Amino acid sequence: MTTSAASAATSYAAAQDRPVETFAYDNKIVLAFAYATILWGVVGMLVGLIVAIKLIAPDFLGFIPELSYGRLRPLHTNAVIFAFVGNGIFMGVYYSLQRLLKTRLWNNTLTWFHFWGWQMIIVSAALTLPLGITTSKEYAELEWPIDIAIAVIWLAFGANMIGTILKRRERHLYVAIWFYIATFVTVTVLHVVNSIELPVGLFKSYPVYAGVQDALVQWWYGHNAVAFFLTTPYLGLMYYFIPKASNRPVYSYRLSIIHFWALIFIYIWAGPHHLLYTALPDWAQSLGTVFSLMLIAPSWGGMLNGLLTLRGAWDKVRDSSTLKFMVVAVTAYGMSTFEGPMMSMKSVNAVTHYTDWTIGHVHIGALGWNGFLTFGILYWLIPKMFQTKLYSEKWANAHFWMGTLGIAFYAIPMYWAGFTQHFMWKEFTADGFLAYPNFLETVTQIIPMYLLRAVGGGMYIVGMLVMIANLVKTIKAGSFLANEEASAPALVGPPAPAREGENWHRWIERRPIQMVLASTVLILIGGLVEFVPTATIKSNIPTLASVMPYTPLELQGRDVYITEGCNNCHSQMIRPFRWETERYGEYSKAGEFVYDHPFLWGSKRTGPDLARSGYVNGKMYKPDSWHFNHMYEPRSTSPGSIMPAYPWLYKEGSLDTTSTAAKIKAMRKLGVPYEEGYEDVASADLRKQAQQIAKGLQDGGLDASPNTDIVALIAYLQRLGVDIMKDAEAPANPTAQP
Amino acid sequence: MSVIVLLILASLAVAAGFLGLFLWAVKDGQYDDDTTPAIRILFDDDKRRKRRH
Repeated sequence: MTTSAASAATSYAAAQDRPVETFAYDNKIVLAFAYATILWGVVGMLVGLIVAIKLIAPDFLGFIPELSYGRLRPLHTNAVIFAFVGNGIFMGVYYSLQRLLKTRLWNNTLTWFHFWGWQMIIVSAALTLPLGITTSKEYAELEWPIDIAIAVIWLAFGANMIGTILKRRERHLYVAIWFYIATFVTVTVLHVVNSIELPVGLFKSYPVYAGVQDALVQWWYGHNAVAFFLTTPYLGLMYYFIPKASNRPVYSYRLSIIHFWALIFIYIWAGPHHLLYTALPDWAQSLGTVFSLMLIAPSWGGMLNGLLTLRGAWDKVRDSSTLKFMVVAVTAYGMSTFEGPMMSMKSVNAVTHYTDWTIGHVHIGALGWNGFLTFGILYWLIPKMFQTKLYSEKWANAHFWMGTLGIAFYAIPMYWAGFTQHFMWKEFTADGFLAYPNFLETVTQIIPMYLLRAVGGGMYIVGMLVMIANLVKTIKAGSFLANEEASAPALVGPPAPAREGENWHRWIERRPIQMVLASTVLILIGGLVEFVPTATIKSNIPTLASVMPYTPLELQGRDVYITEGCNNCHSQMIRPFRWETERYGEYSKAGEFVYDHPFLWGSKRTGPDLARSGYVNGKMYKPDSWHFNHMYEPRSTSPGSIMPAYPWLYKEGSLDTTSTAAKIKAMRKLGVPYEEGYEDVASADLRKQAQQIAKGLQDGGLDASPNTDIVALIAYLQRLGVDIMKDAEAPANPTAQP
Repeated sequence: MSVIVLLILASLAVAAGFLGLFLWAVKDGQYDDDTTPAIRILFDDDKRRKRRH
């Protein structure tokens, strides 16, 4: 078959006067990215296991700030998304791109610059996140110098890919390549837009957006990071590696084209579904819901296209671990893309949001779709590049079952926990009181589920270790083919102009640059229509005169809150439900957040919402002394709590006052109305307020010092949600007293 | 209220775009050749294998 194909190509080339050229595919870079994928996969998932254990045993690993939950959780998500999946993307793209285009990668220097640059970014993330250097924005936690590095390396990847496309020997751009191009273009736009921030120092910045705007930008990014980093590139890999591994053409090439265009056109609009029932304007929420529901069509079309590729080849699935992994991966894709639109419906979202349901959902995607497709590709690719057979199909099968059961043990308890907690939150007694007024009751109830989840995650990791052993044995048995020789007829002359009656799609496929531009335009249209109205959001936010900027001490306390990653477990956004207002107080208003750079609404309530924690007459209010004791040893005030302790916040001199002036100045630049010259007296104001709080604590017999982070954090927590309640307390408003 | 207009316009634009794309695809014969590219990727063209035969 191969010979006849090659000779057919040769005779075709001869007929076209195109000389057959020989060249070699670069396998070395593919192998490097494969190793990086495996290494960071294990690291990222081990960190995940650590944070999972910390949710059962909060004192696990002791009281080391660098290893606390709030700092490790972003490390886990970043490592899995950008290190494990990221390297997996580059591995698969660099392997398939060369073969689909019948050419070696464009520029060797760029290739290795890309590889080492990306690994350096990962290392810097692994160092800075545990140090508490974070922007707090989910999946965009890395600070501004790393953001710039990401942009540079990402552009190097894009340049290398487009350069390769330009020097290709195959005129037709296979569907996978469109997915890669869309990935590159969109992630560039997303990353740049969401990372516009004002530095206040080498390791600190504030986003230019505030409150609702920041939330919309962040979730426009966050959603599309899932879409264009975890989905589209892997769909490209699916369209290449499933046909290759099964030796079957994709079920419907036409469907794949529709899949692609529909997906990039719709995906970009769906971001607001992360902000349903929040202070985001209603119309934007509805827009997000509508497009999220539409997404199910292309997503399921693509899933079925992947699965049906194996029609008539299911016997191969029985025998090949690669295909088994891929089938479960595509099934998981189908499951999460069914769940996604469902969770975007307001009534369902009211249940799932802030609960562990979301955690289950994303792990079906990450462990099932991304993880299993990566494993399938590795089991196929490594033996092929080492010109040997996989060492043990049996071990691969064991990995498959450990992984599959691991996913089940992970996701099912999370769904269970999500449902349980939600229904406990909203349960009222016959007398109209909350049945579980103490948030803690709803946490201790689901701890067994957290335990099962850790078991599931552990199984998944053990499966990975089995894979590593299997691949090491395979690698030892084989010999690596660094440069795989190939031949193809040259592609001479410029592409022919569109012919009468020529298929439009065929025409654009031959023009990569135009394609890049076209995809950019499509994406920008989507982004802009959503952006422009919200950028002029002043009309959307009723200006609340009572909302004032934070005091210098509160601002520092807010940065402590960010450093410790409190927003990983505590939301600051009360939704307009009776069961939320009964528990937390008056629902959040868009105008309350106008000075919040960044917004800290959070996305998960492992602990209770803190939006009104400072309102003295509110349900959530606790005195300074309670916070002081609680943060030092949470179990002392809340027996059974799974919150970590923060003893390092009590260290004398931990409060940073050197950056206060710079922070005030930066905030003013961003539009926060601090008076000109206030930065000069800000430190004095800060000290005064700190001493006041410390004195209050000392009067209560506590060993408090004004020079500690805990004092700033208490100041911040006692400010939350206070401003607009001043209006509510006016006697004219009878609902003020809860 | 202006935002509702925007929402409707945006949705209509997308719907119209897809309708146009579909009509064009049928008319243009997009469905005529949808097999070649899918099959072509299955052929390996490495020299080693060619020499062996």
